Amino acid sequence: MDLTLKVWRQKDKNDKGRMETYPVKGISEHASFLEMLDVLNEQLITQGTEPVAFDHDCREGICGMCSLYINGEAHGPDRKVTTCQLHMRMFKDGETIYIEPFRSKAFPVLKDLVVDRTSFERIQQAGGFISVNTSGNTQDANALPIAKPMADKAMDAATCIGCGACVATCKNSSAMLFVAAKVAQYSYLPQGQIERKERVLNMVDQMDKEGFGNCTNTGACEVECPKGISLEFIARMNKEYVTASVASEK
Amino acid sequence: MSKLDSKIPKGPLKDKWTKHKNDINLVNPANKRHIDIIVVGTGLAGGSAAASLAEMGYKVKAFAYQDSPRRAHSIAAQGGINAAKNYQNDGDSTHRLFYDTVKGGDYRAREGNVYRLAEVSANIIDQCVAQGVPFAREYGGLLDNRSFGGVLVSRTFYAKGQTGQQLLLGAYSAMNRQIGKGKITMYNRHEMMDIVKVDGKARGIIARNMITGEIEKHSAHAVVIASGGYGNVFFLSTNAMGSNVSAAWKIHKKGAYFANPCYTQIHPTCIPRAGDFQSKLTLMSESLRNDGRIWVPKNMEDVMAIREGKKKPTELTEDERDYYLERRYPAFGNLVPRDVASRAAKERCDAGYGINATGEAVYLDFKSAINRYGNEKALVTGIENPSDAKVLELGEGVIEEKYGNLFQMYEKIVAENPYKTPMMIYPAVHYTMGGIWCDYNLMTTIPGCYAAGEANFSDHGANRLGASALMQGLADGYFVLPYTIGDYLADDIRTGTISTDLPEFNEAAKDVTDQLEKLINIKGSKSVDSFHKRLGEVMWNKVGMARNAKGLTEAMDEIKAIREDFWKDVRIPGGMNELNPELEKATRVADFLELGELFAKDALAREESCGGHFREESVEEDGLQKGEAKRNDKDFAYVAAWEYKGEPRDAEMHKEELEFNDIELKTRSYK
Repeated sequence: MDLTLKVWRQKDKNDKGRMETYPVKGISEHASFLEMLDVLNEQLITQGTEPVAFDHDCREGICGMCSLYINGEAHGPDRKVTTCQLHMRMFKDGETIYIEPFRSKAFPVLKDLVVDRTSFERIQQAGGFISVNTSGNTQDANALPIAKPMADKAMDAATCIGCGACVATCKNSSAMLFVAAKVAQYSYLPQGQIERKERVLNMVDQMDKEGFGNCTNTGACEVECPKGISLEFIARMNKEYVTASVASEK
Repeated sequence: MSKLDSKIPKGPLKDKWTKHKNDINLVNPANKRHIDIIVVGTGLAGGSAAASLAEMGYKVKAFAYQDSPRRAHSIAAQGGINAAKNYQNDGDSTHRLFYDTVKGGDYRAREGNVYRLAEVSANIIDQCVAQGVPFAREYGGLLDNRSFGGVLVSRTFYAKGQTGQQLLLGAYSAMNRQIGKGKITMYNRHEMMDIVKVDGKARGIIARNMITGEIEKHSAHAVVIASGGYGNVFFLSTNAMGSNVSAAWKIHKKGAYFANPCYTQIHPTCIPRAGDFQSKLTLMSESLRNDGRIWVPKNMEDVMAIREGKKKPTELTEDERDYYLERRYPAFGNLVPRDVASRAAKERCDAGYGINATGEAVYLDFKSAINRYGNEKALVTGIENPSDAKVLELGEGVIEEKYGNLFQMYEKIVAENPYKTPMMIYPAVHYTMGGIWCDYNLMTTIPGCYAAGEANFSDHGANRLGASALMQGLADGYFVLPYTIGDYLADDIRTGTISTDLPEFNEAAKDVTDQLEKLINIKGSKSVDSFHKRLGEVMWNKVGMARNAKGLTEAMDEIKAIREDFWKDVRIPGGMNELNPELEKATRVADFLELGELFAKDALAREESCGGHFREESVEEDGLQKGEAKRNDKDFAYVAAWEYKGEPRDAEMHKEELEFNDIELKTRSYK
């Protein structure tokens, strides 16, 4: 298939940036979206132009490194996939495709389609853990039974890959789904109880400091989330937050 | 005396680790604050090491080329993690896990290291549960297990099909806690460019800030390399796009021996390549072979008809199909170990029976399993004389419960419904058992430089069993390195901070800058990828699943020629002082082009077949095992550790003889 690509180009953080148009020809419908960009880059290199920079690594939908806003949707038109799992058969021959970086004040563009998501790191560092040291004599794993429904819930929340699609797709640039996934995971588990209150307060506090917006329940994040993280976890986090605010010793 | 002292403690196997821990030196808590440790790589091995060392009080600097430690490729492991917990009461024990691992590795691993691995395995599960890793559980609330290839017990712990992800997020959360406390300084989007040695000891690294291009000098009292495997030397593999050998190769060039580079695991069930644009291959979990039957058509006319789209695989009768694994290995059938299954697929495809356009694919068929499960389910739910359609519906439901996410992944990639038509699969490079040589303490031949996880060579011999990579990465990082590194650092309590103004740092930084300038100024005509693909083709065709002396000799020359061409004709657009993915790729491919030659040389020198390494000259000539891989314990029961001597082909081999005191060496038979 032959396509027209409108791609965001931006030299560095300080550059204003602009859309550029590139035609690509003879793309296989079996190629992934990123393999299509590989073909474009090979073409640009041959022409002596700088290739388009984009983030990617595992290319099997689990590392969370790839991003891209494609035709106005985070990770493109398919559902429950990351950009690396998106295949060209989702597009039509002759189509014009708009490719932009994930946009949010808290995700500054580093170059072209590459953004800086270290704000997510700082939120995790604020409380996304259980304070247990590596120890040669932890209690036996089965000394702590956990009801299967709770364990399964924790697992559902824990599947978040930290890609940032929720933020990119939210009109408020809210990171609530990302933060809620971690808060909820630990809130379901007995191991997470000790630090339950400080965790949610600290993580939400850091989220606000990073400049992410608030949640107005549009639900766009759940729709675009490649792992189908449920909005229900945001409700859970809100409950955790309210409880902690009232009952906190702080 | 050989330079290779494995430092395996004396005494009975089961007491070695305990005794060693009691004998080694410790660093007092107040002194740990004055000691810096660099950890390169933040996967399971590097992440767990960084977190544990920081908890102990050391000052840790961790480096990752990704934008977060959570993205390291350990995250992609699907199936599970082994541990000798014996929760299923099926006779598992430390000794059995040890035995399975040594046997599975075709008797080319160190007994002492493997026993320790088995010994600490149970503790890993305890630690991960304490961190909040959501392992799969039974209704009673206790942990669930499943079974993996090559063993007779259920010892694999899992978290859906995302075990690697959950374990890595556990280690990542432990790191985050220490980063928040300032005990770990995290360097994201940084790539290690070289190691710095002062007075023969590892004292730091040169790293490139991948956003600004700045060349940075970092000092430490010890350096841990946990940078993963080198499967991407084949260009196409199940590794992440950025996975590379560079950190390991740089230390090799500065004195660390590289052991058994030719030991590569080629995983039998991956989605076949679709065309020249293919950038990587996707694995389909080994667990699928529990229920899938592997076959190709018996008759060449059917192969042709299927390739041309005139016939569908579902139209072939049972008589027209060749279930070649069941035919060749009646005892193990479709559940033979990975190396055996991969070679058998290649044999059929080489004979012309591959069923897709490229001729490199076989079928993995769930029809029998769907029927079997459908009938069972009908019986259980009390449906009498179910129609075929009902059986199909029920059976597909059972398969979906077991493998739903994998089937969905397949359908997204291939655009075929694997419930209705058999999956197409083909082997792909997956894991490298070879790596940096290290002793029992995980120290390389450079004092103060350690290797952990897939980057080292120590535990899997010539073939790794399923669900053992996660176990080894976490064992090294949580439970081995934190003890053994103190033994070395105990001598460094009075050293004080290592200055990065030392001439050794400036020289190393200059060498790195010079090399980058050289690369960028070649201004040739071909892209980095074009060279990587050429290298991959030589590796796959001549150093792949079946190897022979002629092919390996040719491969060494061909790789050298590609390397020379690369340094004359590569084109890297953009500059050095900016985010430049082409430059990053170029530095990695430059190292792969050297490693590839040593890889072929090692394969040439090992004139036996063992595990993932199959030499066509070394096969059983008669009897029941005719045509199968033939190991040669008399001449090759050793670790080949290569010392760098300039050109990769000039590397000098040092042998570490493997001693087996607790295990009897046997031929692996799956007939």
